[in-house]
Amino acid sequence: MSDDASGAPTPPKALIEIQNVSIRFRQQSVLRNVDLTIRRGETVCIIGESGCGKTVLLKLIIGLLHPTAGAIRFDGADVTRLGGKALVELRLRFGFLFQSAALFDSLTVYDNVAFGLREHQVCDEEKIRSIVADRLSEVGLPAGLERKKPAELSGGQRKRVGLARALALDPEVMLYDEPTTGLDPIMTDVINELILLTQKSSKKTGIVVTHEMKTVQKVADRVVMFYPLTRIGRGDPQILYDGPPEGLEGSPDPRVRQFVRGEAGERLREMAQSRGGGV
Amino acid sequence: MAAASVSPDAVLVEQPETAVHRLGEHVFDMVAEIGDVGLFSVQTLTWIVRRRPRWSVMVPIFYAIGVQSVSVVAITGTFIGMVLAVQAHHQFQMMGLATRLGSVINISLVKELGPVLAATMLAGRVGSSMAAELGTMRVTEQIDALSALGTNPIYYLVVPWFLACLTLIPLLTLMADFMGVIGGAVITTQVMGVDSFAYWKHSRDFVEGLDIFAGIFKSYFFGAAIALISCHRGFHSSAGAEGVGKAATEAFVFSFMAILFLDFVLGIGWNMVYRSIWPQASGLL
Repeated sequence: MSDDASGAPTPPKALIEIQNVSIRFRQQSVLRNVDLTIRRGETVCIIGESGCGKTVLLKLIIGLLHPTAGAIRFDGADVTRLGGKALVELRLRFGFLFQSAALFDSLTVYDNVAFGLREHQVCDEEKIRSIVADRLSEVGLPAGLERKKPAELSGGQRKRVGLARALALDPEVMLYDEPTTGLDPIMTDVINELILLTQKSSKKTGIVVTHEMKTVQKVADRVVMFYPLTRIGRGDPQILYDGPPEGLEGSPDPRVRQFVRGEAGERLREMAQSRGGGV
Repeated sequence: MAAASVSPDAVLVEQPETAVHRLGEHVFDMVAEIGDVGLFSVQTLTWIVRRRPRWSVMVPIFYAIGVQSVSVVAITGTFIGMVLAVQAHHQFQMMGLATRLGSVINISLVKELGPVLAATMLAGRVGSSMAAELGTMRVTEQIDALSALGTNPIYYLVVPWFLACLTLIPLLTLMADFMGVIGGAVITTQVMGVDSFAYWKHSRDFVEGLDIFAGIFKSYFFGAAIALISCHRGFHSSAGAEGVGKAATEAFVFSFMAILFLDFVLGIGWNMVYRSIWPQASGLL
């Protein structure tokens, strides 16, 4: 927060503005008229059921997907209208940790982390070696792992290499797509701590897509909950909750409380009805 | 927060689908697919001009396409030469033209069978694996990761394969030609007992350097088609093992169809040019 002339705190400037965005794939509409603003320096957790469009939203922000309607602004520039060099420059301001880590199979761990630095000729090989060593050490990977191929790593190691690769170019904004999915509880906590450390130490803006409520409680400054379009009426908003993590349990919307507690009551009733029975 | 207004998209989506909708969708998809292949090809050619891929990326691809294809292409070429000799010998001997076998076998090899078979082997061995590799990269989000790291996937993944196919297919064609000529000659002169001097004399009289060039010329188009079609299929692979398998199969089938189509079209084109330059000549591609 910064203070204005009267001494009252002013909210940080909006960094990412998602304005009335809709996207559909063939006949399937995934996001509809979504408005969302991410402010500089905050860590926003996006939660919601599978298929509600969380990952699609991340890919829209970085320009990997194009919306059917609406605009996405990053630092004032409309991402949907950028192309060529301008889009590359924009993407280099982001780091993206993919759900499956998306490490390049044919390259070693070292080459994966060094990839962006080499492709964009940021510095010489000696400097690259030092940056790669630093990033791998920051995510707690032991020396000697650099020469391994991604197929030889465990799930947790792959995620940490993915995080090191995303951080190599020192991005302003980190996008985490389900960073703890498929990991054991200990490794989940390790990844959560790394996210927290990354976000707080370098004051990066972060968007974390997750199902994991422990991740939300640990890293989020703000939580946004999406709901799948297939389960809401035509005019209903897709965002059910937008506020601090502490307010989730007390949300007036029962769907938010059910998701936070992991209660499948309504879903079980729907399943029973679709089978022609009742509960 | 999401606005409560109803978007026109939502209304469109929720209308029931009819046979007319499905037909329209198929037609739309087909036109979009053709346009997409065209755009993909233009982007590949543009990136070749804009930036040369790094040698560390190129060398393994050249090795996979060139060195690892040599044995397959050589064996295929040899057997095709031998099969041509076995099949044609009986007919030509009945007409008393067995010594002319060299011209028939060798002209067929350098103009048609060498280039087409080398390209078919390349499509089967390399095209399918290219599509499967890129398809797996698509499904595991590695292609998205490339874009997210500010690297154009066409520049990094397609251009090296395209350049390798284009550079190496003429060499593989020459290898298939050479091995076919040797295979045909060995069977005709050593097994069928045709006079060796007459065999090579008729070959030399009938097969010209331009005939060999015609085969090489066609092979460039085959190589480009294999690389573009296979990479395009891989890039547009659908999810899962089934999607990747489908992409690999389609890469071979579409490449093979493109090879045959290009062979036919280039044959007609070559003949038109050839006859316009030498109106008295009877040589056909």
